[in-house]
Amino acid sequence: MTSSATNNNQRSDTSMKPVLRLEGITKRFPGVVALNNVSFDVRAGEVHALLGENGAGKSTLMKCLAGKHQAEEGSIVLEGQKVSFSDPMAAKQHGIVLIHQELSLVSDLTVAENIFLGSLPLKWPNRVDWKKLRSDTDKILSRLKCTFKSDDLVGDLSIAKKQMVEIARALVFTPKIVVFDEPTASLTDHEKPVLFNVINSLREHGVGIVYISHRMDEIFALSQRITVLRDGEYNGTIDTAQTNEDEVTKLMIGRSLELDHSSKPTEFKENVLEVRNLSVEGVCKDVSFNVRNGEIVGMYGLVGAGRSEIAETIFGLRRPSAGEILLEGESVTVKSPHDAVARGIALVPESRKEQGLVLGLNCRDNITLATLESVSSMGVMSPKKELEIYEKYQRELKIKTPGWAQKVGNLSGGNQQKIVIGKWLTTHPKLLILDEPTRGIDVGSKAEIHALIKDLAKSGYAVLVISSEMPEVLGVSNRVIAMYSGQITAEFNADTVTEDELVQAITGQHKAASETSLQAAGL
Amino acid sequence: MTPIEQTESIGLKRKLNRVSFKNFLTTQGILIVFMICLAGFSIFSDRFLSEENIMTVIRQASIVGIIAIGVTVVIIGGNLDLSVGSMLSFATVLVVDLHDKIGPTNAIIVMFAMTLLIGAVNGFLIGYMKLNSLIVTLAMLSAIQGITLIYTGGQNVDIANQDSTWFAFFGRGFVGGIAVPILMFAVLALCVHFVMRYTSYGRRIFAIGGNPTAAVYAGIRKSRCVFSTYMISAFSVGCAALVLGSRVMGSQNNVGQGYELLVLAGIILGGTSLMGGAGSVWKTVIGVLILGFIQNGLLLLGYPYYTQWLVTWVIIIVAVWLDLANQRKRLFTSHS
Repeated sequence: MTSSATNNNQRSDTSMKPVLRLEGITKRFPGVVALNNVSFDVRAGEVHALLGENGAGKSTLMKCLAGKHQAEEGSIVLEGQKVSFSDPMAAKQHGIVLIHQELSLVSDLTVAENIFLGSLPLKWPNRVDWKKLRSDTDKILSRLKCTFKSDDLVGDLSIAKKQMVEIARALVFTPKIVVFDEPTASLTDHEKPVLFNVINSLREHGVGIVYISHRMDEIFALSQRITVLRDGEYNGTIDTAQTNEDEVTKLMIGRSLELDHSSKPTEFKENVLEVRNLSVEGVCKDVSFNVRNGEIVGMYGLVGAGRSEIAETIFGLRRPSAGEILLEGESVTVKSPHDAVARGIALVPESRKEQGLVLGLNCRDNITLATLESVSSMGVMSPKKELEIYEKYQRELKIKTPGWAQKVGNLSGGNQQKIVIGKWLTTHPKLLILDEPTRGIDVGSKAEIHALIKDLAKSGYAVLVISSEMPEVLGVSNRVIAMYSGQITAEFNADTVTEDELVQAITGQHKAASETSLQAAGL
Repeated sequence: MTPIEQTESIGLKRKLNRVSFKNFLTTQGILIVFMICLAGFSIFSDRFLSEENIMTVIRQASIVGIIAIGVTVVIIGGNLDLSVGSMLSFATVLVVDLHDKIGPTNAIIVMFAMTLLIGAVNGFLIGYMKLNSLIVTLAMLSAIQGITLIYTGGQNVDIANQDSTWFAFFGRGFVGGIAVPILMFAVLALCVHFVMRYTSYGRRIFAIGGNPTAAVYAGIRKSRCVFSTYMISAFSVGCAALVLGSRVMGSQNNVGQGYELLVLAGIILGGTSLMGGAGSVWKTVIGVLILGFIQNGLLLLGYPYYTQWLVTWVIIIVAVWLDLANQRKRLFTSHS
């Protein structure tokens, strides 16, 4: 990999002229400026890495490029000509292809049908020309050095191979620019080299590649240049050959985080939760940690590191294959979420709309959903008690609604999240687990939720916060547990840890981490 | 409040108003259609709006209505029950056949026990085994048809002393001038309406139908709740079998055939969404009555019996369309 990287550097020196230029792109969403005057360019035959924290605007920028979003300001210049795309199809026809994390294939059709979906070769009178379809597909597949056949069902392929089909689909349009958005997120270590080979061969054919990833090792192995975004703003472009991981990490996060360490809880008492050598098949291995009364523990790691799954295991949604969970010093088997609630565990799940709320019910009904026993007598609901509880938490959490009868589906993300949190506070849990508590929430509500989490801990709750956002983890928690590939790689004091140390621990650069990740790959 | 918050909340309120107005137009649309039909029938037939005719219609509709109340609970919980038709055949055959053999009281007990057992099988497969409700109850529909035929050996059953048994009370009796089937329909509707609207159990069913994942994440025992909805549905079939058996005092093997579709038609007409999580017993009662009055009106106007099926079909399509329009907040899709 390294030798080919030097090769490529020479090549990129010879073709300095960019195929694609994004100039001064600004994109606003209600309440947020997602991108502020961002410029970016890609040369033919280079891999240009795009880096930034979650929410820095990488995906938004690429969606503006591929016609999924329309930028309010700025222009896209493709081969010297100003273009604008009203939808993804238009971008595709100009040779700009976006390959997502979530694949968009029809699993009941064959590889060939998927690749040419929407542009199947026809012969008179309007019949599919299967022969041509197969031979065209075979040509593309051999170019990608794929091992599967054009007649294989896509549903039978592994995720890595499906990704190849997606790439093959892009080749039908003779692409000029291919954008990979975290392509390795769902690949195993054995599958990655195949993808990297394809990317290199695309590049050798003169295609410009934009590569979005969190993983430093991949970026340094593949890319020629690196552009960093931070909080929706352009933060510099550097040649990969002339930099190192430390410098890039600093560019990514090097702001003074406005952290309010002083308001954090300080008094911890006995263990509420203790996890000992917990393993869950295919998810995590030998995980041990504890959370005490009045303490906030942050769990930090990349998507897919197994954090949510550990929370689900504690909440009774998954079965551990080994290890034990202790609640207040007592070893317990949590059989179901119902059991977990009865034992005083609360989980604010990762996905608000799918797991947290019943969108068809109103605000009051959602808040009382986990504590129906306490607002009813002999099974008959007491509207008065229900309204009391609703009003109490509506006031305490500052939930903005036109009234209790409002359907939660009509509320903003921040208020919806407060309702989910409120729902759990009604049960007076001992342990509160929050999985990505501020994902997709505006800045104001985010600060409110952070303050709320600290207040809850001070009033005696044991709190476990799972997050992919570093400022959140550092600003809220007392201790940080770093996870990588289903294992805990390090544990830090949140007030003293440096950001570099954290990034290293969750990307597997940590000495111990790289060893354990190898073991994890053999799982 | 900051100005932004203010405009936000005003916007929300406006949205609410607009939504509820459209709600009225679309969900009440079926009532408007019904009123037009009623007006039409009463112009062309003077018997249509007579007290006697109205009572007859409600009485006839009460069997479908009683079952529909139970099935409404299943549907609010996000599932379907297509087995009620052949369950009705089975239960009616059973209670009529056993009436002379072991006496009316025992016959009723055995009939309810067997019906609830079938409901439990449905509930177990769908609630605990998490099988698809459409497939399970469709299979149950044909399985029970088979069981009924095996039980009777293909013979029709009847009660020998039709005039002297107190069993006649359920189908032919009157209390305070009101027919017993109507009373049973009303009492069951009130009870189940109360349960769904005012108890924690009802709230759980709504939550499960609305978002099963979120309900489980809130600590609700979904399997148990889904199981119970099939028990309620089976119980309502038992009640309907009492009325039907007592009214005809004899039964063919396929007496309940097609009831599952009538029941569904009534529920859909009332406006309970087949998606689950929404709807009410009250709506179902209205839907079943609409169905009854339209069928009766067509008969009074002299149309042949089978015309009502065509008309029912048209009305169901209109009802489903209005239901969808209600969800996407407009009558027609904009494109593709």
